[in-house]
Amino acid sequence: MTIRVARAGLLATVQDLGRHGLQHLAVVPGGAMDTVAHRLANALVGNAGDAATLEFALAGPTLVFEVDALVALHGGCFEAQVDGAPMPWARPVLVREGARLRIGRAEQGAFGYLAVVGGIAVPKVLGSRSTYLPGGFGGLGGAAITAGSALPLAADVVARSRARFDRLETVGRSRPVPGAAAATVRWSAPQPTLPVGDPIVVRVIDGVHAALFDPASRAALVGERWRVAPESNRMGYRLVGPRLALARPREIASQAVGFGTVQVPAGGQPIVLMADRQTTGGYPRIAEVIGADLGRIAQAAPGSATVRFERVSLEAADAAREALSGRVGDIIERLRWEYGDDVD
Amino acid sequence: MPAGDGAQMLELTDRADEAASAIVARVAERVRAAELAGVTDVVPGIVTVTVQFDASDAAQAAERRRAVTEALQAALADAGSGDQAPTRPPVEIPVCYEPAYGPDLAEVAAVTGLSVEQVVRRHVGSAHRVLIMGFAPGFGYVGGLDPALGVPRRATPRARVEAGSVAIANGQTAIYPFASPGGWNLIGRTPLRMFDAAREPPSLLQAGDRIVFVPITGRVFEQMAAEQAAR
Repeated sequence: MTIRVARAGLLATVQDLGRHGLQHLAVVPGGAMDTVAHRLANALVGNAGDAATLEFALAGPTLVFEVDALVALHGGCFEAQVDGAPMPWARPVLVREGARLRIGRAEQGAFGYLAVVGGIAVPKVLGSRSTYLPGGFGGLGGAAITAGSALPLAADVVARSRARFDRLETVGRSRPVPGAAAATVRWSAPQPTLPVGDPIVVRVIDGVHAALFDPASRAALVGERWRVAPESNRMGYRLVGPRLALARPREIASQAVGFGTVQVPAGGQPIVLMADRQTTGGYPRIAEVIGADLGRIAQAAPGSATVRFERVSLEAADAAREALSGRVGDIIERLRWEYGDDVD
Repeated sequence: MPAGDGAQMLELTDRADEAASAIVARVAERVRAAELAGVTDVVPGIVTVTVQFDASDAAQAAERRRAVTEALQAALADAGSGDQAPTRPPVEIPVCYEPAYGPDLAEVAAVTGLSVEQVVRRHVGSAHRVLIMGFAPGFGYVGGLDPALGVPRRATPRARVEAGSVAIANGQTAIYPFASPGGWNLIGRTPLRMFDAAREPPSLLQAGDRIVFVPITGRVFEQMAAEQAAR
């Protein structure tokens, strides 16, 4: 019961919602870069939000299905074909045994997610199936997929895939993809984290050291555009723009940092800490990306995207989180309805 | 104070010393024991404790922020008393302090006005203790460095520091458990695996441990590294 990797693409790893509660032992949570897209990909096939998906960056893999499987692609928009026919995005798709799914380059965003009924069945390490590349553990042997890798699926993936797709067909809104390698439905799920516009607007609140920066740097953070450097990765997004500086030099005792912490090393170019960040850091923190915009900045493609920061209040950050979680919750509710009771 | 919209941080003291580490450890332990709703992590820093939490709506976020702040302040008010954590035997860490493994040795010597040999001797002679675990799995911030070895972090972090690298900055030592980016000054390398998710416990170090660094030659380093790899 596997999906075989024919071509690895740029970087594809198994991810879930991360390993939490171990940061006092310096174990990084990790997990999906865009947790909203990951959760919606899962919901599209009737999975619980924490089932493991395959996350791919910028240029996706080519996969050969060794069994029938109900899958969904979500997150950034990538060109994709199944046996040469266009592969729908953000929809549940029943892919037939033997079909070849080729995921190409990202047309919008940076990270895509492939969810399969029952999840990618790798063992949990320290409570999570997420791949932690710097430490070489979790996911598929602690590494990114390579040509020849086999993604293990749940033992009952075929039966459950057919049962769930039958349910969608009963509702009467399914249609085949030309070529008969796959079948899908007429509707699709929204992609709330898909970045729109240039620059991509990302909201921040002041960081704990914001007041230590000189006024020009505080103004530049929100006044200027920042290019996401190509050497950005799952640990951090390096931003290129004006040089930021403290009003006067100051050493910071190492302290907990988080997903979205914007730290400024002495070189003056900020780094946004991402899913595989360190647990603690000692560089001054000028800002924190609000929780509601973490998926959006994750989708700001390294090497091409530019971002503009907008400073908001803590209250506005809370309101934005409430709005996003309400919207995502509504989409998930709607998808559960399509599957009736047959969801994880 | 808010450290992001899903975290509250409290600075417990302004002095980074052993007394601070003990207070940090006690406050973190008490807040963790309180098992507050929505709290995902309680993370000790050198002089801070940060509590991260989940919330789905604005009212819940405000309530959790308030509860977490209260718990941190109550734990701090109470932190003067209580038992010291039991001390484990010192952890011995073999280190090769040769330039091939410690590329910043010469620079540290230049900045401190010592010879490379004196840098090594003073590092080995320091009374090292793990203040907190942080940064990456198995990574300890180790205090007690000889004050003569005071050097800041590098202005620009290296994109890649090799696993096992022993590094100093700001009066502390660190050992990189995995190859990763890093901003500290590299003075040597250990062949030991500092973290192994399949080992129990996975981390060689824990907060409070004393550390003894034992100099080894490049030849011994290579032998030990080969033995580790064969396991």
